[in-house]
Amino acid sequence: MTEIGQATADTTLHGSSAAIVALRDVNKWYGDFHALRDVNLAVGRGEKVVICGPSGSGKSTMIRCINRLEEHQQGDIIVDGVELVPDFRRIEEVRRQVGMVFQNFNLFPHLTVMENLTLGPILVQEARQDEAEAAAMGLLKRVKIPEQAWKYPGQLSGGQQQRVAIARALMLKPKIMLFDEPTSALDPEMINEVLDVMVELAEEGMTMICVTHEMGFARKVADLVVFMDDGEVVEAAPPERFFSAPENERTKLFLSQILH
Amino acid sequence: MSASISFATPKSTPRRPPPALEAGVLLWLRRNLFSSAYNTVLTVLALWALFVTIPDFIVWAFIEAVWWTDDPQACRDASGACWAVVVEKHRVMLFGTFPYEEHWRGVIAIALIVGMAIASAFKRLWSYWLFVAWLGVTAAVLVLLLGGVFGLTPTGTHQWGGLPLTLLMFVGTVVGGMPLAVFLALGRRSRLPAIKAMCVGFIEIVRGVPLITVLFMASLMFPLFMPEGVTINKFLRAQIGMILFFAAYAAEIVRGGLQAIPRGQYEAADAIGLSYWQKTNRIILPQALRIVLPALMNDIIRAFKNTTFVSIIGLFDVLGATATALEDPLWVLFALEAYTFIFVLYFVFCFSMSKYSEHVERDLSKGRNL
Repeated sequence: MTEIGQATADTTLHGSSAAIVALRDVNKWYGDFHALRDVNLAVGRGEKVVICGPSGSGKSTMIRCINRLEEHQQGDIIVDGVELVPDFRRIEEVRRQVGMVFQNFNLFPHLTVMENLTLGPILVQEARQDEAEAAAMGLLKRVKIPEQAWKYPGQLSGGQQQRVAIARALMLKPKIMLFDEPTSALDPEMINEVLDVMVELAEEGMTMICVTHEMGFARKVADLVVFMDDGEVVEAAPPERFFSAPENERTKLFLSQILH
Repeated sequence: MSASISFATPKSTPRRPPPALEAGVLLWLRRNLFSSAYNTVLTVLALWALFVTIPDFIVWAFIEAVWWTDDPQACRDASGACWAVVVEKHRVMLFGTFPYEEHWRGVIAIALIVGMAIASAFKRLWSYWLFVAWLGVTAAVLVLLLGGVFGLTPTGTHQWGGLPLTLLMFVGTVVGGMPLAVFLALGRRSRLPAIKAMCVGFIEIVRGVPLITVLFMASLMFPLFMPEGVTINKFLRAQIGMILFFAAYAAEIVRGGLQAIPRGQYEAADAIGLSYWQKTNRIILPQALRIVLPALMNDIIRAFKNTTFVSIIGLFDVLGATATALEDPLWVLFALEAYTFIFVLYFVFCFSMSKYSEHVERDLSKGRNL
């Protein structure tokens, strides 16, 4: 998996050169509610961006727009050179480049861990079963639970389930990984086992966009920390500046609430 | 500062087994039958009711019963049940108007369907091939019952009757109705308004009329709408009516299962790039169908019993064939015994299905956290 991030043609649209993910003036409404307001974000290949903000600030909505679990109504989203225009048809192709990890794991409870992992490659990439299983075993070793391969998700702890979910997302060899509050549903003693896996992934050069409140993780791996509130990007800065010298009052208030 | 009253005592204790449960017949009796005055009264009443009915029934059904005679007079002279009517009439009851010397084909057809049903009960055999085997068995049963090939005497559907007809109608209803039900349930949740409207319209119309009406429509009105010269035989028309009726009800059950699947399952399937049909077949339907299995099994058992309605439009299922058998004036007095036999027959089929569904439910929920 270390070959991830191999150079392909750089995205040069909108001046965000070398950005693998680019959002420009993205707007989204739920009914009358303006959920994303002119959001701009560019993520460079191999870079890690942490998004934080109070609940309801639009951070989940934003990253769900990147693999089109939500559709935006205005603005441009470009993922690995493909523009997600409204009425975009070939969304499956984009989704294969983008792995996603959810707050509630969303493993398939009727399939074993192994089947959860191999389903995508076998159905989507027409991989052979033995090859897919070998790849799955490799990833399970990386997330340190190879012995759980033949169990069902319901027999695993939350931390183990989330590590399986990360492995599942990696099975399609994505270029970008999205994390939507991956540790928020975990008991405190399990948070670190998931964060460790994410740090390792970051160190291998994966492009990552994480919605999380784990500020220790942000300090450690992030190239950019983005603070969102009320559907807007309020502040964006490298972690050292973001935590030590936030400029916006809302950012300061938020940081004072989550950092004890 | 006053001292707090709350306290906890740290203590280390080795693990030990739970205290032994009290046991014994008397304890069981007291707990289950005589736990209160009210329950004691109910127990006594129930015992009295059993005492009054059971001995008489045993005398009638076994001790005084006539098992084996071809003389109806012997039955009339006896005070017990006349099981001889079943022995005498079983060929007509089980095979209806099917030609007498061809009944062996009916026996094989029954054996094939029952054998296939039993084979399908084993989870180890669940695969694509099971479906293919069902298609093969259905084809074999049709060949057996229709004849006209391999030197078999042609026997048209108008000659079909009895248990083979009941079983074939039932299998056809479920095998044809289940896929239709799934499509209707998916269609009802479709984002395309035309498909959704068609599915809702179909389900609501069929659910809004009794099965008898559907069958009368199929047998009497449907031919009027067909162009001249085109006829579809009565068995097929009744079969289609049964399939549509079953599908409309089962569709609503399946829809309940689809609605119970959390949105995250759809999103996770989307996120790994599965297409709509891959997502539906591999992620959503297996979970949805498992959730609704008990309700679905209930409907399948009802479909089995609903096959008796076809006798109203002149098809001789087991019940219809039994009614015909009892038209014989010599045996007409012994309808009770004949229908008791049919009761047992239906009970065996339905109870097996019900027990099996319980078993599958338990089996599928093993080790999983749904």
